[in-house]
Amino acid sequence: MSDVVEKTLTALPGLLSLDSQTGAGKLSSTSKLGNLIRSITELTSKHDEEKLIKRELVAIKEQVSSPNTTMRQMKEMMVRSIYCEMLGYEADFSYIHAIKLAQQGAGLEKRVGYLAVSLFLNENHELLLLLVNTVLKDLQSTNLIEVCMALTVVSQMFPKDMIPAILPLVEEKLTHPKEIIRRKAVLALHKFYLIAPNQVQHIHSKFRKALCDKDPGVMAASLHIYLQMIKEGAEAYRELAGSFAAILRQVVGGKLPVEFNYHSVPAPWLQIQLLRILTLLGKDDQSTSELMYDVLDESLRRAEINHNITYAILFECVKAIYTIHPNAELMEKAAKCIGNFVLSPKINLKYLGLKALTYVVQQDANLALQHQMTIIECLDHSDRIIKRETLELLFRITNAQNVTVIVEKMLAFLRLCHEDYTIMDLVGKVAELAEKYAPDNRWFVETMSTVFSVGGDLMPPDIPTNFLRLLSEGSDSEEDDRQLRVYAVESYVSLLQTDPTHLPQRFLQVISWVRNTHTFTVFAQNSLSLEPYGLSLPISLSSCSIADRQSPTLLSISSGLSGNSTELLHRAGSGSLRLDGVKRKWGKDGYLAQREVPEEPSTPQETSTPAPQPSPQQGGALTPPSAEPSEEERDKQQLASSLFIGLSSQNSTCLMGKPEASSSQRFRRKQKNTDSASSSSGSSHSSRGANHFLYSSLLEEGPVSPIMLTQNSVAQPKHKEANSTLSEGDMPFLPAANGLAEGHDPEAPASLMLANEALSSAGGGARDSPSLMGGMELVQPCPLTPDPSHRSLSSHLPPELQNLPCSDCASLASDGCLALSCCRVHREDALVLVLLMANTGGATLLDVSVELQCPQLKVASLRGNALESLPSQSVSVCWYTLLMEEPHTHVEVTGSLSYRKECGASHTPDISASHTLDISTRLSLAHFLRPLVLSTEEYGKLWLSVSQDVKQNIQLLDPDRDPLRSSLTALQDKLQLHIVDIIGSEGIAACQLLRRGPCLLHCRVHAGVLALWLRSPVPGLPDGLLYHCQRALQER
Amino acid sequence: MMRFLLLFSRQGKVRLQKWYAPITEREKKKVMRDMTMLVLARKPRTSNFLSWRDLKIVYKRYASLYFCCGLEDQDNELLALEVLHRYVELLDKYFGNVCELDIIFNFEKAYFILDEFMMGGEILETSKSSVARAIEASDMLQETMEEYMSKPAF
Repeated sequence: MSDVVEKTLTALPGLLSLDSQTGAGKLSSTSKLGNLIRSITELTSKHDEEKLIKRELVAIKEQVSSPNTTMRQMKEMMVRSIYCEMLGYEADFSYIHAIKLAQQGAGLEKRVGYLAVSLFLNENHELLLLLVNTVLKDLQSTNLIEVCMALTVVSQMFPKDMIPAILPLVEEKLTHPKEIIRRKAVLALHKFYLIAPNQVQHIHSKFRKALCDKDPGVMAASLHIYLQMIKEGAEAYRELAGSFAAILRQVVGGKLPVEFNYHSVPAPWLQIQLLRILTLLGKDDQSTSELMYDVLDESLRRAEINHNITYAILFECVKAIYTIHPNAELMEKAAKCIGNFVLSPKINLKYLGLKALTYVVQQDANLALQHQMTIIECLDHSDRIIKRETLELLFRITNAQNVTVIVEKMLAFLRLCHEDYTIMDLVGKVAELAEKYAPDNRWFVETMSTVFSVGGDLMPPDIPTNFLRLLSEGSDSEEDDRQLRVYAVESYVSLLQTDPTHLPQRFLQVISWVRNTHTFTVFAQNSLSLEPYGLSLPISLSSCSIADRQSPTLLSISSGLSGNSTELLHRAGSGSLRLDGVKRKWGKDGYLAQREVPEEPSTPQETSTPAPQPSPQQGGALTPPSAEPSEEERDKQQLASSLFIGLSSQNSTCLMGKPEASSSQRFRRKQKNTDSASSSSGSSHSSRGANHFLYSSLLEEGPVSPIMLTQNSVAQPKHKEANSTLSEGDMPFLPAANGLAEGHDPEAPASLMLANEALSSAGGGARDSPSLMGGMELVQPCPLTPDPSHRSLSSHLPPELQNLPCSDCASLASDGCLALSCCRVHREDALVLVLLMANTGGATLLDVSVELQCPQLKVASLRGNALESLPSQSVSVCWYTLLMEEPHTHVEVTGSLSYRKECGASHTPDISASHTLDISTRLSLAHFLRPLVLSTEEYGKLWLSVSQDVKQNIQLLDPDRDPLRSSLTALQDKLQLHIVDIIGSEGIAACQLLRRGPCLLHCRVHAGVLALWLRSPVPGLPDGLLYHCQRALQER
Repeated sequence: MMRFLLLFSRQGKVRLQKWYAPITEREKKKVMRDMTMLVLARKPRTSNFLSWRDLKIVYKRYASLYFCCGLEDQDNELLALEVLHRYVELLDKYFGNVCELDIIFNFEKAYFILDEFMMGGEILETSKSSVARAIEASDMLQETMEEYMSKPAF
């Protein structure tokens, strides 16, 4: 197109007087319309314009009603009426004249009449009925132009009820000799199909004829109908897939006449229409899909010109390739194509690139990973539609690990958004994510409060309805529900205490409903469970104190209410868990800690598109070690690592491993027929995972006595009792654990399976059941070996700990009566501290209890830290699991052991003063590191997706002989690193902080020193690990 | 399917409106107000796309005129940009070096050209010369009106 000369209205009067008319000389300055337009532009105020138009309309009105007005004059006046209407002034008197003009006018007059009708009236206007006869007449006209006009007007606007009257005539036009008439008839029928599908049902065979029309234009027009019909049900049209593919092949191959070209691209509109049809036909159908692989490939190949229209075609190709039955080769090409879009400097293409990514990301999360930096940039783009599309993309990749960051971004966008539709759409998505992936109850309630405030009264009603249903029906876990309700009520009470007037009506409804329904729960809980509540407080604060539980008060309470004891304990549990929730909320990265668990790094993710994997060396080359990233850059990388965390190579294994949303869903609706199996899987809820140590310690049934446990007869009824709890769906672990440990119970295998199931759904693919089993409070009856020398430590360990790497036994404290020593067992998901208490004296020790604490660690006691009595010369074992959630180079674990001596032969315990032994031991970060087994490729992917990094040169070992290998081996020994690969002078290794966060090492021997580069998503971990690497190599 | 097409000036004056889906007068006014407001407020170097309710808005400025259309979810934005472009090309071919004034004074012609190019929100004819032929044919009617009228039924 030639350049369009810019002329503004201000220049209008001058131009008109010049009378220099451009182009086809249609600038009718002398006409009445010209005069009108000129007068209007000369006016300065809106008021004057109004006066002028009113005058004009009066004049028109007078003239149109005059019997002497010719059709030609009528046409001229109708144009002026349209103009006035376009300016916003109603000219309703002229509507009937428009119909008259269409009826009686000829040629152009008729055409203006039809135009005026279509602009003035809408489908439901009663005057339209007067048009039906005119249309009927024109459809039968021998004048082709009149037929065309009639077809145009029926496709523009025609009363639905009157379609049957003209349908036969339109149908007849499908066989008209002139192709333009056939084409318009097909499009008119398409329109009828859209507004009244039933009325065109019977002419499907004629559509088929149109599809086979010798004129490509008619065939192209028929595709609109086919696309619509296939959308409604692809099955009946699959047989046509081959034909559509063949047509596309011809079009792409340039077999159509040149006049169908658009900027030398052959019939792009037709291509796109065919691609859409093929997409629908190939979806979920392998054999149909196979018919189109070739032509899709050709379309991709041919679309090479750098023009919008080719990009439009490519976009549809990509969509097709990712929708139909997958073909690895094509998907690889499509992925490359998306890359071109995303990386394009043209903003329109970038936008479409994001859209394409959004479309494909659920199938191929790696693509999002590849373009993470672009995505981060787009998230802060000044163009809101880009931002919006980026949020849509993030919505699709949300998982339990990145949910808080993504929801935060969405809420930030929402707060600045004033567009009702977008608000409605986004609040729905936030609510969905919150329900699916909420890391804890506080976050959930707070997020929903924001949703209710922002969504206001625009919010789709199903959001509050779902929320309330969730609150009242609950999930499978009683504790969870109670905790959630308590938190919701408390949160709303405090909200109402501030200023409730600004809250939207809907939100107030939710609040009042929740308060009315659940306040009782809260009060009931607070008053009824006062005692255990208070007792559980210190437990949760110190995370380990079990000593209090031994207090006779609690014992008497629980025994006094034996029937209700579990319930009471639950209340205690809920109280302490609530505090735990608070701690997690405010603890840094609390939410990240849980599910970074790289479950099975050795099974690489099956991706059908082997996207180019940057090797770690490349990764290193991308960012030259000397260049320090700017602050902003660092922020972006930080954001990237928190956004894309669930998608990195090894974590994606984890994603693939679990049955996606269903098992990771935070709140699962209560199943109606809860059998024991489902209930156990329910309460071992995934999000619980990390704190089920804490959880389990609270569920313990009471102080353990070694004597009691060795006696089967005592344990048996206990088991039964626990089983009854299980059927209520509350405590799946305990009976299983008991059963396993006892080894005598005939039901043991069954309950073991239960527990396993529970765990596999909780942990996302429990591959290593032994160590996961260790997560349960396995109770090993401690054999009373009177061997105070602790030499046979392994005999004191439960079988599942025996095969794990463990340290030597070290003495912690001792006095004349009791010797305490400890050993570290490196379980994959925790550090287990095994304490051996040996009664070396002659008297039985009573009320032995151990208390351990460490502010930096999560400490949970597994059983055995409280004994009623420890006979002379016997040994008892207790063990703790320690979790390090934030990296610390060293931590100090302190605690105490208290006991009383039994006096003489008297069986009544003496009230003698208790003795206390202080315990203190130092643990290092290295004790919490575990090897991370992954392939070089996975390492490369992960390397790019994490941002916390630190670099330093340190001294080498064996500078003369293979220094790299010996240094790495030393690190492997000391720090449990997994050496991934050694290539030349570079080596890579990986480890993880328990299962919480990976840390990657890149080592290079350079100028006699070892250049270490560490990366991790966990802040502080690289620094801590670097410190220990230095230590490890120095100590050699 | 295209839902509507609007042409408006930089001052927000509507020069042409075409509605391809049933819509009430009130809604039309609302759409026109929103479109002029949204599109005219766009900063330079932003994309040519907007979202409005459940529709995708694609717009492009040609000299002093904005061409703006509303698309459904499944439609291709880039393709819509080319639809707008082809329409401008058709106007240009007809008027010769088309400018806003041509469209102001001959808006009915602009509508006729559009009707030969699109029908019911879908592309009817993409060939420039075919559209031009169709328009010329109807123009001829005007030129030879008297002659035409005297003829017996054609």
